[in-house]
Amino acid sequence: MSRDDDDSIVARYTAWARINHWITAGSLILLALSGFALFHPSLFFLTNLFGGGQMTRILHPFIGVVLVISFLGLFLRFVRYNFPTVDDFRWLGKFGAVLRNEEDGLPEVGRYNAGQKLYFWGMTFTIAALVTSGVVIWDVYFANDFNIDQRRLAVVVHAGAAVAAVLLWIVHAYAAVWVRGTVRAMMRGSVTAGWSWRHHRKWLRQEVRDEKRVPAE
Amino acid sequence: MATYQSLDLRRRSATTEPPPSVRGTAVEVAKLIDVSKCIGCKACQVACLEWNNLKEEVGVNVGVYDNPHDLTEHTWTLMRYTEWVNPDGNLEWLIRKDGCMHCDDPGCLKACPSPGAIVQYQNGIVDFVSENCIGCGYCVKGCPFNIPRISNVDRKAYKCTLCSDRVAVGQAPACAKACPTQAIYFGSKEDMIEHAQGRIEDLKERGFANAGLYNPEGVGGTHVMYVLHHNDQPQLYAGLPNKPQIADTVALWKGIFKPLSLGGIALAGVIAFIHYITAGPNEVTEEDVEHAKALTGGRDVS
Repeated sequence: MSRDDDDSIVARYTAWARINHWITAGSLILLALSGFALFHPSLFFLTNLFGGGQMTRILHPFIGVVLVISFLGLFLRFVRYNFPTVDDFRWLGKFGAVLRNEEDGLPEVGRYNAGQKLYFWGMTFTIAALVTSGVVIWDVYFANDFNIDQRRLAVVVHAGAAVAAVLLWIVHAYAAVWVRGTVRAMMRGSVTAGWSWRHHRKWLRQEVRDEKRVPAE
Repeated sequence: MATYQSLDLRRRSATTEPPPSVRGTAVEVAKLIDVSKCIGCKACQVACLEWNNLKEEVGVNVGVYDNPHDLTEHTWTLMRYTEWVNPDGNLEWLIRKDGCMHCDDPGCLKACPSPGAIVQYQNGIVDFVSENCIGCGYCVKGCPFNIPRISNVDRKAYKCTLCSDRVAVGQAPACAKACPTQAIYFGSKEDMIEHAQGRIEDLKERGFANAGLYNPEGVGGTHVMYVLHHNDQPQLYAGLPNKPQIADTVALWKGIFKPLSLGGIALAGVIAFIHYITAGPNEVTEEDVEHAKALTGGRDVS
C-alpha cells in the first residue's frame, strides 16, 4: 500500500546504513552470479557477464573481499538489535499466523522480529563459512597453505554455504515484497507509522518515547 | 592442445549433453610402465620435455635424485626414487615414473566447471584443452593422484597428454619411444594387460611373490598401468595410492549436490510465489494507521 496521506513517517535506517546494505547486497548478487557460473554446467554462460571464465575466476574472490568488509560493517551496525528474546520464541511458535498475515495475536515486535534475527545470524554464519572456505580454495594466493583434503572439504563447504545463503536471501527478498511498505526502509530510510504499528509496535513505542525525550529542533 | 576430432570424445567436462558417440569402437590404449625394468635414467623425462617443447628451470639438489622435486606445469612426467629396506634387510631402489594415470573415470574431468576444458577420447586418453581452462584448480581437487599443476604464469592447468597428438597418428608416446630398457610399453589396453601377465609371472619366479599389475578399479582402471614388484604395497613407490578413488567430498560436490541445490533454490522461489498468490501481500490497514496516529500524534518520528 502506498503511503496514506495522513500517515506520518518514522526514520529507520541512516544513509550510511543504506549504503552499507546495498554494497553488501550488490556484492552478494555478483558473487551468486559468478559462483553459479562455476557451480553447474548449465549456468556456465553466466561467465559472459564477467568477461569469460578466467575473468570470472579472477573476480569472484575479490568481490568476496568486498562482501566481507561490507558485511562486517552491517554486522557491527545491527548486532545489538539481533539478540534473541523470550518473545522471539513466542513469535516463532505462532509462525503459521505470521504466514497468514494475522499479526494480532503475536507478541509486540521490537526493531526486528525473530525471522529477521534468524536471517541476520544465518547470513553471519554462512558468510563466515564462505570466507573461511573461500580463502582455502583461493589457489592464486593460498594453494600452498592448505593440504589437498582441506581444499577438497573447502569446495564442498563453500558450495553448501553458498546455497544456504541464496535460500536465506530468497526468503529475505520475498519478505520485503510480501510485507508491503518494507522496501522503502532500505530505499529511503524511513517507514510509515502505520507500518511500524503493524509490524514493529514495540519499536514504534520506543521511538516515540525517545522522540519525546529529545526536544524537537 | 586442440582437440583433433570431436567425434572421438567419450566425455567432455561440464557438459550435460552426451558427446557425439557414433564412433564407439575405438581401441582403448594404455601405457604400461614396468617398474622392475626401470633404471632411472630419466630419458623419458627428457623426451617428454623435448616432444612437448617444454623447458624446466635448472633446479637445486636437495639430497634426493628427484629432479625437479615435483611435477610442475613443465614437467609432466617425473622419476620418483624411493630407497626401501625390505624385511630381509636388503635395500631396494624403487623408481617410479610418475604422471597422469589417464583414469577411466577421471576425477579431474568430473570436477572441472569449464565446458570442454577436459576431455576423454574414445581411446581412453584424458586431455586438458588448455584454451578452455579457467585456472580454478578444481581438477587438482578432483585428481586422486595429485597430478595437475597450475602455471603461475598463465593460470592454466597442465599434465601429461599421453602424447595424444602422437597417438592420433599412430605413434607411441615420446617417453615410451625414448626408454632404453623398454620399461615403457604402449599399445591397446588389452595387449598391455596380457603383456603384463607375462612380466608378472617372470617376477614371481624370481622371488617377488606379490608382483602384480597396478590398474586400480576405484577409478575404473587406468590407461597408464604399472607392473610393480610389490603390488600389495603400492604406497612404497613414492606414495602411489593403494586404493585410489575420487574423494567422497568431490563426489558429493559434483554429484547429488548440484541438482539438489538448484532444485531447492527453484522450489524456494515457487513456494514464495504460491504464498503470495494464496496468502497475498501483508498490507497496512486503516486501523493500523489510526492506532499509529494516536501514538505519534500524527507527527514524523526521526
